[in-house]
Amino acid sequence: MLFLRQAWTIAAKDLRSEFRTKEALNASLSFALVILLLFSFAFDPTAEMTREISGGLLWLVFAFAGALLLNRSFARELENDCLDVLVVSPVPAAALFLGKALANYVLLLGIEAVCLPVFGVFYNVSWAGQPGWLALVVLLATWGITVIGTMFSALTVNLRLRELMLPMLVYPVLIPCLMAAMQLTTPLIAGQPPSGDQLAWVRMLVGFDIIFTALSVTLVETVLIG
Amino acid sequence: MNALAVENLWKYYGDYPALRGIAFSAAPGACVALLGRNGAGKTTLLRILAGLSKPTRGTVRVFGKDCLDAEVRRRTGLIGHGIGIYDELSAYENLRLFAALYGLADPRRAALEWLERTGLERVRDGLVREFSRGMRQRLAVARAFLHKPSLLLLDEPFTALDDRAIALLQGLLQESLAAGATIVMSTHQLREALELATHVVLIVKGRLAHSGERTAEMAADPGYLYRTYGES
Amino acid sequence: MKEKILYALGALAALLLARNIRVMLTGLPDEAFQGAIFRIIFFHVPAAFTCFLCFFIALIASISYLKSGKMQWDSLAVSATEVGLAFGAANLVSGMIWARIIWGIWWTWDWRLTSMLVCWLLYAGYLVLRRAVEEPAQRARLSAVLSILSFAVVPFVFFSIKWFRTQHPQPVLYGEGKMDAAYRAMLYGNWVPLLMLAAVLVMIRIGQENRRRELDALRREVHAF
Repeated sequence: MLFLRQAWTIAAKDLRSEFRTKEALNASLSFALVILLLFSFAFDPTAEMTREISGGLLWLVFAFAGALLLNRSFARELENDCLDVLVVSPVPAAALFLGKALANYVLLLGIEAVCLPVFGVFYNVSWAGQPGWLALVVLLATWGITVIGTMFSALTVNLRLRELMLPMLVYPVLIPCLMAAMQLTTPLIAGQPPSGDQLAWVRMLVGFDIIFTALSVTLVETVLIG
Repeated sequence: MNALAVENLWKYYGDYPALRGIAFSAAPGACVALLGRNGAGKTTLLRILAGLSKPTRGTVRVFGKDCLDAEVRRRTGLIGHGIGIYDELSAYENLRLFAALYGLADPRRAALEWLERTGLERVRDGLVREFSRGMRQRLAVARAFLHKPSLLLLDEPFTALDDRAIALLQGLLQESLAAGATIVMSTHQLREALELATHVVLIVKGRLAHSGERTAEMAADPGYLYRTYGES
Repeated sequence: MKEKILYALGALAALLLARNIRVMLTGLPDEAFQGAIFRIIFFHVPAAFTCFLCFFIALIASISYLKSGKMQWDSLAVSATEVGLAFGAANLVSGMIWARIIWGIWWTWDWRLTSMLVCWLLYAGYLVLRRAVEEPAQRARLSAVLSILSFAVVPFVFFSIKWFRTQHPQPVLYGEGKMDAAYRAMLYGNWVPLLMLAAVLVMIRIGQENRRRELDALRREVHAF
C-alpha cells in the first residue's frame, strides 16, 4: 500500500539521519544511564527493595529518556524549513506521523535494550526470568509512549517554548500507560508470570495504544496544517 | 481549464483578516509575479496555495481540484524561505528521498539526473552540511523541480541566491513555462521577476489591488505598478 | 439582556446555596462514623461532577471549533476548561481538608482524589499551552486537539489509578456503600446551585474572551500597516 510505503520512507529517513549524527540517541542514552545511577545512590536498594521497585524504576528511566528523544521528532524538521516541504509533499500527514512514530519506536526500543542489561549489572538483578511476557509489555508500553510523545512533538513543533512544554504536557497523559507498565514489569522481573488480575493491565495497554494511535493519526493533519 | 483559480479567498488569523476576498486565475504557461509590501499577505497566499494553510473562506482550485488533494500536491513544487533539504543526508540521498515521496517511478535515476543538471554529481555522496551556500541553493532548486511540477510556488526565490543559482533557476523556470507549467512567484526583486512574468498580481493590505497581464510599462519601470495601484 | 440573565442566575444560585447550607447544618443528622465534617461531601462530590461536566463541554466545544472554525467555540472551550479547573481545585481542597480532619493527614492517595489531581494537571497543561501560542486561530486549533486528547485520557486515568489502589490500598475518604436517602437528595440537590454558578462563571468568561479577541484584532489592524 502506498500509505505504508510512504510511512516507511519517512521512518527510514529519520533512522538514517539519527544513526548518522547520533545526537538524540547519545543524549537520551546517557541520560537514561545517569538516572539509573542516580537512583541507585538515592535509594541504595537492597536486593529485596530492588525487586519491589524494579518496574517503577525502569519505566521512569524509559519515560524520561524517551521524552528527550521524542521531543526531537518533529523539531528536527524545523531546520532548513524541511517540515513545510514534507507537509507540501503528497505524503499525507498521517503517513508522516506514522513514519516518525515508527522511527522513534525503533530508537526507544534500542535504548531500552541497552538499559535492561545495565540495570541488571548495576542493581545486581537477573531480569530475564519471563522474557516472553517482558517483551510483550515492553513492546506495548513503548508504543504508547512513542505515540503520545510523537503526537505532542507535532502539536508543539511551532511553539517557541517547545522544550519546556513537552514534558509538562506529556507526562500526565502517559500516567495510565506507565502505571500499567510498572505494575506488570515488577513481577516479571522477579520471574513471576502475570496473574489473572494483571492481565487487565495488559488489556488496558492494548486499549490505550489503539485509541491513542487512532486519535493521533486522525488529528495530526489538523495540528500540522494551519 | 485554468491551472489555478482563486475565488473570494479570505484568511483570518483570529479576528484579523490577513487576506480579504482575493480572486484571480492563471492559465497553464502563465508566470504570475506576486507583488506587495511586506506584511501585505503574499506569504500567506502562497502558503494557502501550497496547502500549508487552510483558507477561512473561499476556494482555491488547482487543476480543477482542491489544493489539498494528493494528486495536486504531486504536481506542485515549492521553494519557500528555507532551503528544505536535510543537512545530515547526502545530496544524492536527499534527492532520492524526495523523488520517492513524490512517487516517481525510478527515484535513483531521477536523483542522479538532477544531480547532473545542477552540477552536483561530483559531490553526490557529500553531506549537505559540508556544502557551500551556493551548492545548497542549487540542491534546493533540484529538489523543487525534481518531480517536474506543473505548478511552481516560489516565495522570494531570488533573495540570497548567488548568480550561478539565479541563472540555473531562471533557466529551469523558462523551461517549465515552455512545457506548460504555471508559476506563482512572490518577490521584491522586481526586475528579475518582471522579466519572466506574464501576469502580475498586486496585494495591498490583504486586498487584491491589481491583477492582469504584465504590460510594457511595468517591465520598463517596476515602480509604476506600486504608484498606480498601490499606496506609495 | 444577557447581564440580567446572569444576575438572575447568580442570585438564584446564591439563594439555593444559602438554603442548602441551612438544611445541611440544621436539617440533616450527623453521619455515623465521620461526624459533622461529613457535610463537606455535599460540596466535594458535586464539585467533581461539575468539573468533569465542564471538561466534557470543553470537549464538545473543541470538536465544534475544529469542524466549524468559529472562534466562539474556542471561547466556550477555554471558559469551560478554566471553570472546570476551578471546581476541580475546589474538589481537591475540600478533599484535603476532609482528609486532614478525618485522618490527620493532608493528603491521602485515595483513588478518586488522585485521579482528580492527575486530570487537573492534564487540563492545567491546556492553559499553559494556550499561553504559549500567540496567534488566536493557531491557539484555538492546537488547544482543541489537546482538549480532545486530554478527555480521552480521563477514563484511562480513573481506571488505572483505581486498579492500582485496589492493589495498594490507602485511606479512603468515603466508602462505596449506600448513602442515606436524605443525604443523596442533598448531594444532588447541592449540585444544582453549583451548576448554576458554573454556568454564570462560564458566561462571564466567554464575554471576557470575546472582548479580548476583538481588542487583539483591532490592535493587529493598527500595527499591521
